[in-house]
Amino acid sequence: MNIYSYIIRRLLYVIPVLLGVCLIIFILFNVLSPDPTLIMLGKHASKTQMMELRAELKLDRPWFIQYIDIVRSTFTFDFGRSWSTKQEISEMIKNGAIPSLTVTLPAFLVSFVLSISISLFVSFYRGKIIDRSIVFVCVALMSISSLAYILYGQMFFAFQLGWFEISGYESGFPDFIPYVLLPILIWVVLSVGPDVRFYRTIILDEVYQDYVRTARAKGLAESTIMFKHVLKNAMVSIITYVVIRIPFLILGSLLIESFFSIPGLGGIILNAINSSDFPVLKAMTVLSALAYIIFSVITDVLYTIVDPRVRLK
Amino acid sequence: MKNEAQKSKSLWYHAWESLVSDKMAVTCLIIVLAYFLLAILSSLGLVASDYAKEIGPSYAPPSSEYLFGLDIFGRSVLAKTIKGTEVAMSVGLVTGIISMIIGVFLGAVAGYFGGKIDEVIVWFYTTFNSIPYIMLLVAITFILGKGILAVYLALGLTSWVGLCRLIRGEFIRHKDREYVQAAAAIGGGDFRKIFKHILPNVLHIVIINFSLQFQVAIKSEVILSYLGLGVQGRPSWGTMINDAKLELARGNWWQLAAATAAMMVVVLAFNILGDALRDALDPKLKGK
Repeated sequence: MNIYSYIIRRLLYVIPVLLGVCLIIFILFNVLSPDPTLIMLGKHASKTQMMELRAELKLDRPWFIQYIDIVRSTFTFDFGRSWSTKQEISEMIKNGAIPSLTVTLPAFLVSFVLSISISLFVSFYRGKIIDRSIVFVCVALMSISSLAYILYGQMFFAFQLGWFEISGYESGFPDFIPYVLLPILIWVVLSVGPDVRFYRTIILDEVYQDYVRTARAKGLAESTIMFKHVLKNAMVSIITYVVIRIPFLILGSLLIESFFSIPGLGGIILNAINSSDFPVLKAMTVLSALAYIIFSVITDVLYTIVDPRVRLK
Repeated sequence: MKNEAQKSKSLWYHAWESLVSDKMAVTCLIIVLAYFLLAILSSLGLVASDYAKEIGPSYAPPSSEYLFGLDIFGRSVLAKTIKGTEVAMSVGLVTGIISMIIGVFLGAVAGYFGGKIDEVIVWFYTTFNSIPYIMLLVAITFILGKGILAVYLALGLTSWVGLCRLIRGEFIRHKDREYVQAAAAIGGGDFRKIFKHILPNVLHIVIINFSLQFQVAIKSEVILSYLGLGVQGRPSWGTMINDAKLELARGNWWQLAAATAAMMVVVLAFNILGDALRDALDPKLKGK
């Protein structure tokens, strides 16, 4: 099978997965979840009130139609209105995406460069004390709750030392910068641990390959081997790991955004959880699943293009 | 007899040998066992049973009398932290078991039978994996209501995909090997081949995954508590850290510190133990 038919087949596979995602969302939110009218109207609602609200929220229609509605929203991006704020959901998402990205994108880039550099450094000294101590520090960093980083970071750096804004946000290019610095810093600290460990494993997998031994045997400098041979080959796995995380950048970080009052998508999700705002939750689930599916197709295709060893079945 | 004894020096025996020779791993194992012991003692009411009692002034800082300080209601933070191990260890254990059962079963069936069954299972986990885990958690806790049962199920039902993939891959590699053919030749059925013959050969993956899953679950419990979807009405590290967000601005750092430290020690121990288990059990890493 050649690469084009593989790509087409891979693209066609998106359809059953997307229908499956809609099915799971439908089962979770429309079938199994407790009656949302009960949550919205409280315990003492009358039967007629509930019936009216059900009609208003279009919950009285047959299940099949409700499922089709979810599927349709995946393609039209028309998710209706939020139950709690009555805003157009697609509008809310559009407004929330930028603030989320102002935090996650720089954080992602900084932590990527930092983690790759550290992992190259430790692979250079593999097995030595410096390698082991850095790996230990990474594991230790990973073992602390992300909430603790946020709480102590906000308390110490923003409140006591006054180096950063405690919380808040202003839109517009230079204005938002003071508000996102500390969130970015916390994000970087949170992701450096797992990233370094992952990249180190990838790089070490390559270091023990035969071609590296050959390169060393022909007398190349260790740094040339690292950058020209090892890193180049490790890039395949690194790229797949990185690309698949891009959709989560758009989603933002639930916890960081809520603690620093950044009006991003994470905050929207959090509010929706607290107010049982099903349409918003469904919309965010659909969108992030869609982003994930698209990016995993991109990853798979990139993988097969970059690495000829991947045999196409 | 001698032959028997030698045969029993299997992968497991070597793994155990290499594990106990690693001082770090042994320390971590002891820490984990100590946490389990503490959790069992506290659930039997033998330690920290007075966690709900007011024993001093509100927010008394750590001192020789109140080792970890007191919380807003004058309750001992130490006792609450110990009580919290109960929730943490049970969440880790139950979640790990749920995800292990689902992951091993679906992975084994998909890998072993292949064909249409495999396609359906792969479709199912690809679909499931596309949905962000936090959304699934939220939806499941909506359905089940709040409480520890919802936490178990939400974390267990959302964490099996990784293991399922690995097990499926291993079963595909193993199912046509000679030992499986031999088992078929002496009349072993599918069920027997899956569970009696192939599964023991891939069990190391299950064990490594279980130890990693355990600590992920402990960390997730804290996040769920913050979202207001966690354990209700009893102390957990999650609720303690959640309470701390209001206390910290007033300088009351000890509740957060105690819960964070208690959690960090056990999660770190599981992380290191998981790595040591992988080194000890994964034959591919031998000699590196």
